Amino acid sequence: MSKFLNEIKKPGIFLCDGAMGTELQKRGLAVGVCPEEYNVSSPKIIKEIHQDYFNAGARLVETNTFGANSLRLKFYGFENRVREFNIAGALLAREVCPINSFVAGSIGPLGEMIEPLGEISVQHAYNVFAEQIKALQEGGVDVLFIETMMALDEAVIAVKSAKENSNLPVSITMTFELGKAGLRTPWGVDIKTALDALSQLGVDIIGANCGRGFDEMIEVVKEMKSLTELPILVQANAGLPEWVDGVSVYTETPEVIAPKVEKIISLGAKLIGGCCGTTPAHIKKMNEVISNLR
Amino acid sequence: MHEIEELLKQLAQRIIDGKKDDAISLTNRLLELNYPPKKILDDGLLPGMDVVGVRFRDNIIFVPQVLISARAMKSSLAILEPLLSEAKIEGAGTVVIGTVKGDIHDIGKNIVAMMLRSNGFKVIDLGIDTSIEKFVDAIHRENPQIIGMSALLTTTMVYMKLVIERIKQDSLPVKVMIGGAPISRNFADQIGADAYAKNASEAVMVARELIGIKDRNLHE
Repeated sequence: MSKFLNEIKKPGIFLCDGAMGTELQKRGLAVGVCPEEYNVSSPKIIKEIHQDYFNAGARLVETNTFGANSLRLKFYGFENRVREFNIAGALLAREVCPINSFVAGSIGPLGEMIEPLGEISVQHAYNVFAEQIKALQEGGVDVLFIETMMALDEAVIAVKSAKENSNLPVSITMTFELGKAGLRTPWGVDIKTALDALSQLGVDIIGANCGRGFDEMIEVVKEMKSLTELPILVQANAGLPEWVDGVSVYTETPEVIAPKVEKIISLGAKLIGGCCGTTPAHIKKMNEVISNLR
Repeated sequence: MHEIEELLKQLAQRIIDGKKDDAISLTNRLLELNYPPKKILDDGLLPGMDVVGVRFRDNIIFVPQVLISARAMKSSLAILEPLLSEAKIEGAGTVVIGTVKGDIHDIGKNIVAMMLRSNGFKVIDLGIDTSIEKFVDAIHRENPQIIGMSALLTTTMVYMKLVIERIKQDSLPVKVMIGGAPISRNFADQIGADAYAKNASEAVMVARELIGIKDRNLHE
């Protein structure tokens, strides 16, 4: 069994990192610039962000490869650089990763809809994921984090592609929002439907990321825990951004999230980290919360 | 007359169910019976799309179902549009819409465009990755009453602020409405947008309010 899976079998909470995109913006990533290209052009910045998260107490960082699939990279004219960006992303994280810590290969949605709603065939979608997955494995990641999925068909294709094109553990997180019909993805997928479909594909970790903040995540964990034995991963956004004094700020500060993190853990999340707007300070605060639980 | 009423009811239902081929044949059938294109739109398509909008707002249906309904609506509208412009039917107003620079996500924006169109607005869709210059050019070219901006990413939503600043700086006579998953009413207020819409059916109501059109009653 993989070293990473052994690690999360141990008792205790496993701390992951926070956001990459918003950290890149702080360091000057302009709107309209390809974030994954930084793996090649500005490796120092990427390593610095990973390092900040490890210093804050994260035991795992995610590679800067969320959008590094050929369909998304095509937007920037980089569709032929999938392998290069993914391998570079994996190597950068590996370089600063301490012993007994881990690197997760980040895999986001394709950015296009799959047939019959969209024009991308199932086979094409599978192949696009496969290309990224193979490169991440080649770059040396410990686990694949498939994330921010909203459509179940796409999530299923991504997981199948991960299982068939690598021998890495696979985590899948979808994005849920609380509405009149309960917790659903914008595509209408409820938690039970998602769990039923994804568990039988042999995923190793399941959970939720992104969304409207930590409060809704509490509800997600509550529902998920009652339906699965799999380890649950939670990576919430730091609320929704607001515009204050000329900059966009996230409403959920480290202090604000501390009690919510405690709640999420008490409800049964095994792995916790952050999505959009979370910073090394958020991860440091989570680490304190975890330490205080011991 | 009874037959026409029955056909209109069916057309609305086929839009709700997203049955594109049925919507096309019902539209053609109504035209054969010399029912006016504008009334096919008002009495068949729009009531159907209203239900879709309300169900979407209320989480009874989700993005995929809306897309399928929108597709049916679009194919029916494609038949009616040439006839409507021939008859010089006055629209509700003009909206220039786009996903902001750096953002390639257009599903939500497309649904909003579709809903506005089906409610009589002329919609100029600038697509994805829309720069300030593209918005400004379109304002000069199309004289819209409203600019609609969409973003899915928390990293691109800040661009909306830059577009609004430019519109104010140039004193361009347009109202700005914004939307998208990470957008909140607070954010809209804080960056100086005139309006925020939570979803596509709300977007139609908001656009009508901005232009000063009284709302049709939404059922359900």
